[in-house]
Amino acid sequence: MTPPTPLSYSQLFFKVMNRDLKVAIHNKGDILNPIIFLVIVITLFPLGIGPETNLLTRIAPGIIWVAALLSALLSLERLFKNDYIDGSLEQMLLSPQPLFIMVLAKVTAHWLLTGLPIIIIAPLLALMLHMETLAYPALMLTLAIGTPVLSLIGAIGVALTVGLKKGGVLLSLLILPLYIPLLIFSTAAIEAAALNMPYGGHIAIITALLVGAITLSPFAISAALRVSTN
Amino acid sequence: MWKWLHPYAKPERSYQLASTLLPWFAISSVILLIVGAVWGLAFAPSELYQKEYYRIIYIHVPAATLSMSVYMAMATAVLVSMVWQLKLADAAAAAMAPIGATLTTIALITGAIWGAPSWGTSWVWDARLTSYLILLFLYLGVIALHNAFDDKALASRAAGILTLVGVVNIPIIKYSVEWWNTLHQTATISKFSAPSMSSEMLWPLLINILAFALMIGALTLVRFRNEVLARNSMRPWVQALAMKEGTH
Repeated sequence: MTPPTPLSYSQLFFKVMNRDLKVAIHNKGDILNPIIFLVIVITLFPLGIGPETNLLTRIAPGIIWVAALLSALLSLERLFKNDYIDGSLEQMLLSPQPLFIMVLAKVTAHWLLTGLPIIIIAPLLALMLHMETLAYPALMLTLAIGTPVLSLIGAIGVALTVGLKKGGVLLSLLILPLYIPLLIFSTAAIEAAALNMPYGGHIAIITALLVGAITLSPFAISAALRVSTN
Repeated sequence: MWKWLHPYAKPERSYQLASTLLPWFAISSVILLIVGAVWGLAFAPSELYQKEYYRIIYIHVPAATLSMSVYMAMATAVLVSMVWQLKLADAAAAAMAPIGATLTTIALITGAIWGAPSWGTSWVWDARLTSYLILLFLYLGVIALHNAFDDKALASRAAGILTLVGVVNIPIIKYSVEWWNTLHQTATISKFSAPSMSSEMLWPLLINILAFALMIGALTLVRFRNEVLARNSMRPWVQALAMKEGTH
């Protein structure tokens, strides 16, 4: 028997990503529910604190980002869960392909399914919250750079808890503190933009977080997966 | 060169070393704590503006200073365990997590008690307060992960990964929170800029910091011994020890 021709890194990346996307498209609820959750959470804020326009304008960036964090948290759980249950995660770990690439592909698929819809729906939510018109580009930019960081850091937490029966609450305890810097810089950038001030510095820092997360977190995710599958 | 260190990779030898060191740490910390606390709380001169209630500094500052150090010590232990595969370092890291969490809690509570009369508020979203609160969350996450696994070795490896991720994040969190605060221009702070203390106030503080450090050492040794025993409960030497302890 001839050994199969080895896959190149990009082939491997796209194979794993396509597989995850296909699986997700079969369970449409998994894609839609976090988005519906996001919209409902954002609806709750004006109901809870009153529909005063000025107040909403001021807190809109914070609300949208906090809601994005929570909905990311909600969707993260299934990142490795099904693969863990049906055993394909173990096959991935046993395969000779580099785990770094496969993990990165899975996280990318997760971002395409959850991060991207948030970015698409964000202007509508900002409109509902009367956000400053000047701040729209900043909102889109912070979400575009920031949501991959959510997926990458969150994946570490998911990888650590995937083997546990009640990982859900624990997951939020583990990763929400790690999301704080991203939340701070993103909302600061949007607020600076709303005041018509330069916000390039904040964007640069968020981009640095993204670069750091892309390069470092797959190592942590791989190590955590090896612990979880034991 | 490292030959003298090798025997301590054996749980039994480490347990014995911990047992030998424990009384020294315990006795010296108790003595220093009594000296520092009595000197600081009773004999140090009262402060000009804050009168007597500034004395909580003698608890607050040692706890706050050392809670961060405990996290670094924990991370070092985890790194040692990962790089050199020393399972005992895992036990040390597991021993330190609740101690660090307790110290952080003490620092936050004493800070709130101190803040009430001096700032007129128990809590402000100041950079340092916020980053300590997040440090507490990180500790709680590590402890929760430790408790989530049935297998102690597995729990230690999982919590270890989280500890190291936290180490990468601590500076980021610290600076993000500091910049966040300056960006929002809240009206507080600058009260933190170290007031130059008179030596009569400073000495008891330094003594207390040393006493706290020794106390942390002693508590870590106690918990480390427990962890070693729990992880090796099936070994003959532990059972022999249990038999011996049981007879008298």
